[in-house]
Amino acid sequence: MLTSSQGDGQVASMNDDSVHIAVRDLEMAYGTYLIQRDLTFDIKRGEIFVVMGGSGCGKSTLMRHLIGLKEPAGGAVYINGTNFWESSESERDEIMRNTGVLFQGGALWSSMTLAENVGMVLEQYTTLSPQEIKDIISLKLSLVGLAGFADFYPSEISGGMRKRAGLARAMSLDPDILFFDEPSAGLDPISSRRLDELILELQDSFGTTIVIVTHELASIFAVADDSVFLDPDTKTMIASGNPKTILKESTDPRVLAFLRRGEL
Amino acid sequence: MLGFIGDLMVAFVRFLAGKACFRGTDFLQLIQGCGLQALPIVTVIGLLIGVILAFVGAVQLKLFGAQVYVADLVAIATVREMGPLMTAIIMAGQSGAAFAATIGTMTVNEEVDALETSGFSPMEFLVLPRVLALTLMLPLLALYTDFMAIAGGAIVGVGAFDISFMQYVEQTRNAVPPLFFGLGLIKATIYGALVALAGCYYGMRSGRSASAVGYATTSAVVMGVILIIIATAITTVIYDMLGV
Repeated sequence: MLTSSQGDGQVASMNDDSVHIAVRDLEMAYGTYLIQRDLTFDIKRGEIFVVMGGSGCGKSTLMRHLIGLKEPAGGAVYINGTNFWESSESERDEIMRNTGVLFQGGALWSSMTLAENVGMVLEQYTTLSPQEIKDIISLKLSLVGLAGFADFYPSEISGGMRKRAGLARAMSLDPDILFFDEPSAGLDPISSRRLDELILELQDSFGTTIVIVTHELASIFAVADDSVFLDPDTKTMIASGNPKTILKESTDPRVLAFLRRGEL
Repeated sequence: MLGFIGDLMVAFVRFLAGKACFRGTDFLQLIQGCGLQALPIVTVIGLLIGVILAFVGAVQLKLFGAQVYVADLVAIATVREMGPLMTAIIMAGQSGAAFAATIGTMTVNEEVDALETSGFSPMEFLVLPRVLALTLMLPLLALYTDFMAIAGGAIVGVGAFDISFMQYVEQTRNAVPPLFFGLGLIKATIYGALVALAGCYYGMRSGRSASAVGYATTSAVVMGVILIIIATAITTVIYDMLGV
């Protein structure tokens, strides 16, 4: 049984079924260059969890560790109680299949249409008929407001639309966990707010666990249930919990300096 | 590099077992890019190789009144060595560079990451079809280059050295048995695999910036040409040892 440090966001036991993702003593490094260390926190099932911090603190690197793109220098990431990096290939495939990722720029496969982008994973991982796949593609694209753009290539649509199409692709297999890397980056305030609303809808409608990496304070306060704050100087997390609670209760000047900008 | 080749071998075995996952349409587009789109430049280079070899050879052979053997010189040199070699160098600059730039740009745009998080192997999805496409197409292009070079030699021989067309054709037919074509095609197949390997390797290793993609592209071409030259030396020695 693993337990770890208590913060504002309580760290539960690994046997707790409400814990979807558990990070334990995670150490992240590029070669010998340490990015972050001693990261320990839980992400509960169905909550919106935000990883926040200033530029260069290692937020996106943390996400790469959570989605299985980068192996930790130390510590562990548990998803549904399974240590990702010590799991078998079939366990990893199962975890990946239940995980959707929206990358910063959408990361749509440029040689495919939006429909092909959304449909490829369905073709690969399901036994659905072509008509059923087509129906799901239409549904997912409609959900993100891109009905009628199925046959467009990523290069033919705007950055915001690419992001929404990326979200449609991430949702194609109805994953249990959705990761968002800087979802508001490059979006105008209205598109950004619409995306926040969509994230809240996903949580309400499907109970999806959502992990967002961002430094956009408006989004953080609008959607986050829980969070962790990464500090680039001490190279570790210096606050965790609901961002509004952190703002009220924290006395750390670095955390307050970051969060108070959002109130102005 | 060895790890990359090992991963590619695993992907190839999965392909043979019918388990590898890549899109057929992507593969056909790659075949078109490596083959049809390269035809114009291969035509020009092939003809010019023939013209150059014929001129250089014929001037010397004429001193002995043996200019008719220029057909033998052009045919043997192109079919056994120059055709596959020059085609491979052109393809290193065209397809090898394109592979590195495409995969490198996909890395920058996080498309490769998206493949991985969606459960697709980039090695199967991106590298394997490119290696297969170029390995298949380079021998065909080399064969085409051979005929273009022979045609270039014929233009010089017939046009400038008083050899009749039929005499040139007959001389060429006698000079190059089918085995020579086979030996050239074996080389071309090896070159195709090496050029594709270099392009994909540097593309997959590309950093996440525009300059990194540029560096990956340049490195792919340089490494491709180096590998071609090394492979030429090795195959030539092996052929010599085998007496073919």
